[in-house]
Amino acid sequence: MTALELSLTVPGRVQATAVADRGQVVAVIGPNGAGKTSLLRAVAGLVPAVGDLRVEGRSWVDLPVRERAVGMAFQGQLLFPHLTALENVAFGPRTAGAARDAARRTAQDWLDRFGVGELAGRRPRQLSGGQAQRVSIARALATDPRVLLLDEPFSGLDVGVAASLRVELARHLASYDGVTLLVTHDAIDALTLADVVWVLDDGRLVQVGPPREVAAAPLTRHVARLVGLNVLTEGDRFLSFSPSSVTVSPAEPAGSARHRWPGTVTSLAPHGDAVRVLVSGEHELLADVTPAAVAELELAPGREVWLSVKETAVRGYVAETGTGES
Amino acid sequence: MGNNAGVTSVSSPGQPRLGRPPLVLLVPAVLAVLLLTVPLVSLVADTPWNRLRAQLSSSAVREALWLTVLASVATVVLCLLLGTPLAWVLARVDFPGRSLLRAAVLVPLVLPPVVAGVALVTALGRTGFVGKPLDEWFGVTIPYTTTAVVIAHTFVSMPFYVLAVEGALRSAGEEYDAVAATLGADRWTTFRRVTLPLALPGVLAGAALAWARSLGEFGATITFAGNYPGTTQTMPSLIYTELQSDPLVARTVSMVLLVVSIGVLVLLRNRWLTRP
Repeated sequence: MTALELSLTVPGRVQATAVADRGQVVAVIGPNGAGKTSLLRAVAGLVPAVGDLRVEGRSWVDLPVRERAVGMAFQGQLLFPHLTALENVAFGPRTAGAARDAARRTAQDWLDRFGVGELAGRRPRQLSGGQAQRVSIARALATDPRVLLLDEPFSGLDVGVAASLRVELARHLASYDGVTLLVTHDAIDALTLADVVWVLDDGRLVQVGPPREVAAAPLTRHVARLVGLNVLTEGDRFLSFSPSSVTVSPAEPAGSARHRWPGTVTSLAPHGDAVRVLVSGEHELLADVTPAAVAELELAPGREVWLSVKETAVRGYVAETGTGES
Repeated sequence: MGNNAGVTSVSSPGQPRLGRPPLVLLVPAVLAVLLLTVPLVSLVADTPWNRLRAQLSSSAVREALWLTVLASVATVVLCLLLGTPLAWVLARVDFPGRSLLRAAVLVPLVLPPVVAGVALVTALGRTGFVGKPLDEWFGVTIPYTTTAVVIAHTFVSMPFYVLAVEGALRSAGEEYDAVAATLGADRWTTFRRVTLPLALPGVLAGAALAWARSLGEFGATITFAGNYPGTTQTMPSLIYTELQSDPLVARTVSMVLLVVSIGVLVLLRNRWLTRP
């Protein structure tokens, strides 16, 4: 059942038309400045937007923020610094008219569910980043929202903390029956948490699809980079291939490879057991080579090389219609 | 330390190796300190401590003290009740002419107090813009009453309060208002439960500033409310009067105000200004 229908324009920031079903988790991805946060804020009503927004059949466009059944976990958490964790979470139920004790019980219940129940009496500045983020998400959910907006919930957290929070969040989102919009910079979030991915680029929604499809056939360079793929366009066709299937040679390869490009090494970085080399030429391409090959080929920034990839390693596809482009 | 001062400079962090402070800066600094402290030290040294009680218990002093306390407390209450909403409007509501309004509100800050007094007479005097209808329709006259003292004090003190609170409201951040809105709070609830508590250090500092300003108010008060013992004579007016008849009493009363001022300063530093 369609729970969220939006066709919103935030002038100068973002323009998107999309739908989401009940219980769906939508990962909103795209480069900085693509309009991800603006889209979230437009759904919450925090930035002026024109267009249409319907949640479970009800139009939200003319509703003020406080009448929209949203829960939002903000970037940087923004827990009220003068209130305890419990009071932060109880704030929503209180404004919804719950009695003081009932609101506190609801809040304690949410803190318990997120494993931070024993921190109820602490002020935000006494919480670690991961704890504060848990309180922040609990606060957003405590109002029983129909749309949950999570703005980069894992940014600024240590890798290990982010990983365990991701697992917990996946569990909570599975039992949440509203629509979740999750802004993220991380392909792992999209792949592990989301049912659908909305790809924003330069203020437009350019791709919509299940995470696996989007990851396998990305239509933007940003997503290609996020999932670690090289993507080229050839007419209306997209060609994608993994950096590990790219061969680096010092001179133009004589073999049968149809796809070959000259270029200059721009940077090298460790990538697992391999070294990921960024080569700029006609395209910017990634190649994974062994550390031995780096030494043998004397790869360093500024080195001229040839890249080639076998036809069998290249996946070709066309942009499907009806991806939400308008 | 020498070469690796950056690594091991734990012994004397207060001694940066930038050289001796130059005399061209030190001499004026010392002069400034003398200018600021010598008068106060003289006042303390010259106070007739043994006759303090007797002088402070005269009825004129007691009346002036009481009136000063009354007027300054009333001023702070008026600032809280009227100035807080004004600061909120200036900090949170976007409307055309906002910067013009802010400028207008802050004029009394730089206005010579006597001019403030003349302006108040012009508006609220018996023949004034507002004062005349008040007198003719309701039989209310304001000048030369205790009410006039409070109005004059509030007129000169409110800008200090509004400035402090508006600054606190701005630095407390509108983002928290947005958070409260997504949690279903209307603006009044947000103001009560989020905005005001976050701006509380600014509110307290503003109230202290307004109170201190009211305590020392002289020019506007004596112009608009006069200098009548019992109804409009506050401590500064009393000091001014006594300096001409009995300088010793003037010094004693001044000493009381000095102690109160230092008390405000200490309170501000220790309790409020250091809080996050």
